[in-house]
Amino acid sequence: MNMIVTLVTAGITFGTVLMYGTLGEILTEKSGNLNLGVEGIMYMGGAFGLAGAFYYEKAAGAAASGPIAIILALLAAFAAGAAASAIYSFLTITLRTNQNVTGLALSIFGTGVGQFVGEFMRLSEGGYVALSNNLKNAFSAAVMPSFLQGIPIIGPIAFSHTIFFYMAVVLAVLMHLYFSRTRSGLYLRAVGESPATSDAAGINTTKYKYLATIIGGGISAIGGMVYIVTTAGCVWNHEGLSGVGWLAVALVIFCIWRPLNAIWGSIVFGAMMIMYLRVSIPFIPQQLYKILPYVVTVIVLIFTSMRNSRDKQPPASLGLNYFREER
Amino acid sequence: MKNDIRTPFVRLAKRNDIDPKKAWIIRVSSIIIALILGFIPILITGSNPFEAYSVIVQGSLLRPTYFRQTVKIAIPLLACALAIAPCFKMRFWNIGAEGQITIGAMCASYFALYWVGKVPHVVLLLIMFLAALAGGAVWGLIPAFFKAKWNTNETLFTLMMNYIAIGIVAWLQGGPWEGRQGSQLIPQFKDAARLPDVFGVHIGWIFSLILVVLMYFYMNKTKQGYEVAVIGDSVNTARYAGMNVGYIIMRTMAISGAISGFVGFMIVSGANYTLYSGVADGVGFTSISVAWLSQLNPFAMIVISMLLAVLDKGSTTLQSRMSIPASISDIITGILLFAMLSCEFFINYRLIFRGRAEGKEDGK
Repeated sequence: MNMIVTLVTAGITFGTVLMYGTLGEILTEKSGNLNLGVEGIMYMGGAFGLAGAFYYEKAAGAAASGPIAIILALLAAFAAGAAASAIYSFLTITLRTNQNVTGLALSIFGTGVGQFVGEFMRLSEGGYVALSNNLKNAFSAAVMPSFLQGIPIIGPIAFSHTIFFYMAVVLAVLMHLYFSRTRSGLYLRAVGESPATSDAAGINTTKYKYLATIIGGGISAIGGMVYIVTTAGCVWNHEGLSGVGWLAVALVIFCIWRPLNAIWGSIVFGAMMIMYLRVSIPFIPQQLYKILPYVVTVIVLIFTSMRNSRDKQPPASLGLNYFREER
Repeated sequence: MKNDIRTPFVRLAKRNDIDPKKAWIIRVSSIIIALILGFIPILITGSNPFEAYSVIVQGSLLRPTYFRQTVKIAIPLLACALAIAPCFKMRFWNIGAEGQITIGAMCASYFALYWVGKVPHVVLLLIMFLAALAGGAVWGLIPAFFKAKWNTNETLFTLMMNYIAIGIVAWLQGGPWEGRQGSQLIPQFKDAARLPDVFGVHIGWIFSLILVVLMYFYMNKTKQGYEVAVIGDSVNTARYAGMNVGYIIMRTMAISGAISGFVGFMIVSGANYTLYSGVADGVGFTSISVAWLSQLNPFAMIVISMLLAVLDKGSTTLQSRMSIPASISDIITGILLFAMLSCEFFINYRLIFRGRAEGKEDGK
């Protein structure tokens, strides 16, 4: 029992990172844009988020307050991700470049920028960039009242997490409501399914695609920042962050493009990624656990395409650009 | 004048046939613009951009040893771009070359590790070569089979296959194939399992150049290449013409996977002399850009892969000489890709600004 509790708790910690990446990419893909640059976007989010908190503390000195640092880190990460996605949007939507190639280019560019900013901060600050313990604690503090955390089993699983986890859950619910309950959400889904039809119905497809991709990129970038300030301990660590963006892309498929599934899906993926440290299953070498998320994703992908049920498909125009005059 | 209010500020008009010379001017100027944009991160570090670029060129081309290292980086990029070309021509978005390289490298490494000494040098290399082809082909066939049978999304499928392949090699590296206990490393290959050098670079460069010619003929002069092109333009046309689309998809992916597997063989046997999980090192992804920027033209791929290799090699020199982080090469590569991707738009379309007389524009 104890082991399961630790596994779930650790799964949530890593899953929070994935959840932001995934929610952002779901929003992007709902508009029909397959942004394969999530890896780069999350790198940039991580580097700029850390930079935001770091330079704030440098300016404010000992007076630096935790909540302001959190807000600044969030804003910096979001802005970096939104800027990166804006490049992607401009190229694919306005200049009509191939989405796969542009996304991969953004991956290369984003990992480069993230790495550059991380390295540059380290070099210009004389070898080491770290936040004070005061801020570190603020980032990784559990926000729920302690009597809730004290409840056996449920306490550690549900109430022992950082503010970022609860924000992500709220975001997932909001996104679900947006997609299923609002007119604008309906329009967005229509754009992703059939841009030509939505265009004919008078929906501004360009506007929806731009906004969804840019906001989605910003959300994904927050995931990178959350990784750096919680798991990595407020130090730039590109090795830990590498591959997370691709995992988020996998998770979008696993969740069959539904924000609510992202909540438990990312916890399951997070648990799978750290399971090799804690659980042993007979006959399966522990090093192979790390490919489990990808194997599961492939199976989901195959089954959804075999069963071909209408409500479990990718957005129909995913990966295809829409040119009004080329029908 | 009243009419003007209704016309948007910029309009687009499709160019039907652009003067090839003009198209090349646009392409070259996009590269120049990208390199100028690359000034920005260099200036941020407080260095002189001109000096930085000259260090990149010096550190990648101007000395024979540097030049050889640059070519070594370019070989897998070129060969892998050739592998990707037929898939992309078919509009089958294979982004799984990374995994196909890894599996090819793994299959070749098996024989390099366990058959060395049992068979003569050339035979061993031949077996490794064939094993790599087979491994890559199988890895490419899996997503192709599901695409052909159930129309499973190939972009996402091939992407997942990459990480499965990398995970398997990571397991071998720390488990069954581990050399010294606890080292997490697979032992170095013996000399008999290494590719010979020609002019100081492993012989793979000759094979890659031969492959350029072969792929050009395959795509442009053979029936199979024609079928690939038809499917790329319109799957329905291909069906009406009586082509077995599923079979062609699987055949093309098998060929593509086999070439990627061959790239894996070249990397382990010609450059690294060992296998580790990061063996593909992003080649599978970068070569997609190489293939696409070359407009799937095999000869253009030689130039593009060299260009990216120069940036890659040059920036390591840049780091050691001017202490600019080597990740600058990824940034400049990214900007270069963005610029070259977008310049196709200006080749295909003409911008017409409001207020300019129609007649003048058309008269050109």
